[in-house]
Amino acid sequence: MPNDHKPEIGSTIVIQKETFNAILSRLKEKGYETIGPRVKNDTLIYAPIEQMDDLPRGYITEQDAARFHLKHTGHSRYFDAIPGAQSWKQFLFPPRAELFALRKVNNLWEASTPETKTPSYAFIGVRACELAAIQIQDNIFMRSDFNDPIYRARRERVFILTVDCMYPAGTCFCVSMETGPRVKAGFDLNLTELEDVFLLTVGSEIARDLLKGIPFELASAFLLRNADQGLERAASQMGRKLDISNLPDLILNNLDHPHWQEVGARCLSCTNCTQVCPTCFCWDATDEMSLDGKETHRERVWDSCFNPGYSYQAGGNTRPTIRSRYRQWLSHKLGTWKQQNGTLGCVGCGRCITWCPAEIDLTKEIPMLQEEAR
Amino acid sequence: MVTQQIARPAAINTEHLLEPQWAEVTSITKEINDVSTYWLKFTDPAIQKAYTFEPGQFNMLYMPGFGESAISICSDSNDHSKIGHSVRFVGNVTNAIGRLKVGDVIGLRGPFGTYWPMKELEGKDVFISCGGIGLPPLRPAIYHILHNREKYGKVTLLYGARTPADLMYTNEFDDWRKANIDVQVTVDRGDSSWTGRVGVVPMWFYQFRFDSRKTAVLTCGPEIMIHFVIYEALARRIPLESIFVSMERNMKCGQGSCGHCQLGPYFICKDGPVFRFDAIQPFFNVEEF
Repeated sequence: MPNDHKPEIGSTIVIQKETFNAILSRLKEKGYETIGPRVKNDTLIYAPIEQMDDLPRGYITEQDAARFHLKHTGHSRYFDAIPGAQSWKQFLFPPRAELFALRKVNNLWEASTPETKTPSYAFIGVRACELAAIQIQDNIFMRSDFNDPIYRARRERVFILTVDCMYPAGTCFCVSMETGPRVKAGFDLNLTELEDVFLLTVGSEIARDLLKGIPFELASAFLLRNADQGLERAASQMGRKLDISNLPDLILNNLDHPHWQEVGARCLSCTNCTQVCPTCFCWDATDEMSLDGKETHRERVWDSCFNPGYSYQAGGNTRPTIRSRYRQWLSHKLGTWKQQNGTLGCVGCGRCITWCPAEIDLTKEIPMLQEEAR
Repeated sequence: MVTQQIARPAAINTEHLLEPQWAEVTSITKEINDVSTYWLKFTDPAIQKAYTFEPGQFNMLYMPGFGESAISICSDSNDHSKIGHSVRFVGNVTNAIGRLKVGDVIGLRGPFGTYWPMKELEGKDVFISCGGIGLPPLRPAIYHILHNREKYGKVTLLYGARTPADLMYTNEFDDWRKANIDVQVTVDRGDSSWTGRVGVVPMWFYQFRFDSRKTAVLTCGPEIMIHFVIYEALARRIPLESIFVSMERNMKCGQGSCGHCQLGPYFICKDGPVFRFDAIQPFFNVEEF
């Protein structure tokens, strides 16, 4: 049923999979840089994609504590591979961003700001947990009393195409964190991948315009039921689970618990968990000065509460031990974050578990506080 | 409860993250061996005119090539012609500030943070208890009391330093005493000419009489001193809600974004540095928190 009309916001349409290429080219025509999951060096990264063939079709990822394995099983689906270490955070909150440059002229400093064009990204394949993470970072960087100009400029331009997760990995626990596997709200387009078609739910006017003239039919009740069943199955196959019913109190009431020492002894303070975490937002500012002392470039870079310098001040280091740094991370993420932003800082994506070289698994550490707290 | 927050800081660039305004060093006062006060004036007169702060707030001072440091404002908030910062030379940035000469420029962002609740304290006895470099953030509060002396009851300053040579602002003590502020001083270690008190600040609390119903305690200094000042204040039945603490952490952005200065749920740069003690009590004595 080819047609020229546009689907309504909130409606779910069905398209043939190959039609998706047309959507990608339309996004590019509109000036978006289309970013999606790609296979590179035996892992999965987020990088520019030109067409559907760039997507990891036929791949899955096996994940467990300190284990990530990208495997080709030859299935026919494009969006089954659960992502790797990278998250969308790196595009909205770049790991390194030049803030301004200064040049000394007659004892005064002249400032210049870099003339970089703010990129317009189209994120292809944002999972429910990752969308929740973006929404959490929105609260951090776009508050009523503070606006991060870099984040906001990128965030306002971004086009978000989400995907429903049908095959969660071994470290996933979005069901426990109530963020997935079904994408709820905040997308432009949501994609549900069935065996031979894509369902697309329209979430914004931009997406509506994008679909203008693309051949579609409204999804039948049968297909919608199919999608629901897939999501129900996915929800029942979470690799991890975490009881959050008594958070943040459990942590805040157990700041002196001996288990912090136990986990601190295993933690390497390598910062992996904070770098892969899609919600971790801490940053530092550095100066890079020319040898003659007349020019300096000020940059904003990612920082981590596991870095010894993070809490260093005139009186000494506030958190000199790994025990105290791990406690800071977890008591923030699953504790004080709630008071700061109204939600916990964890979305259940499992990256910190997969990428911890010491196999530290927060879904196992939290219950330790629970067990012994009784 | 967190104390009040400033409505709209004057010298903060909202378009470009961390880009400072520039201020000229108009004079330098050597206070003690490793502390000098830098008197600053914005190079742009319009910014100088618009700039106001409340006692207890701080600025981020930026030395290009070295970085920023959070330094409390030590001058009179009624004096709109200049901004004073007493800087102790301890790290990269502050040592670079130490090499500045009159006429040099420095980057400045601010003011940031909460402040001493001077309005709320009207009608109360004010007991200011501080140590070392904890006095500068309290000096604007003292100036405020001097300008509005009749609005406050009994006012006491109990101030300690390591040695007699480390005592700051001593040339002003007589003026403060003339305004009926009871200035009491102690040192950790005396020298051959010292005839005053020897001992840390909290151990002298027993010499003062507090009306616990109407006394507010304001404190700033090394965290260990603050710990025992609060201990002594609570022992004298001063309510948690009448104790105000200025806290210190590694501050980088001043806007509650970079994460470094967190203490439990608070960003000290934004929700502090001045806290009413009941707000931070649950996290206060947690080791290395």
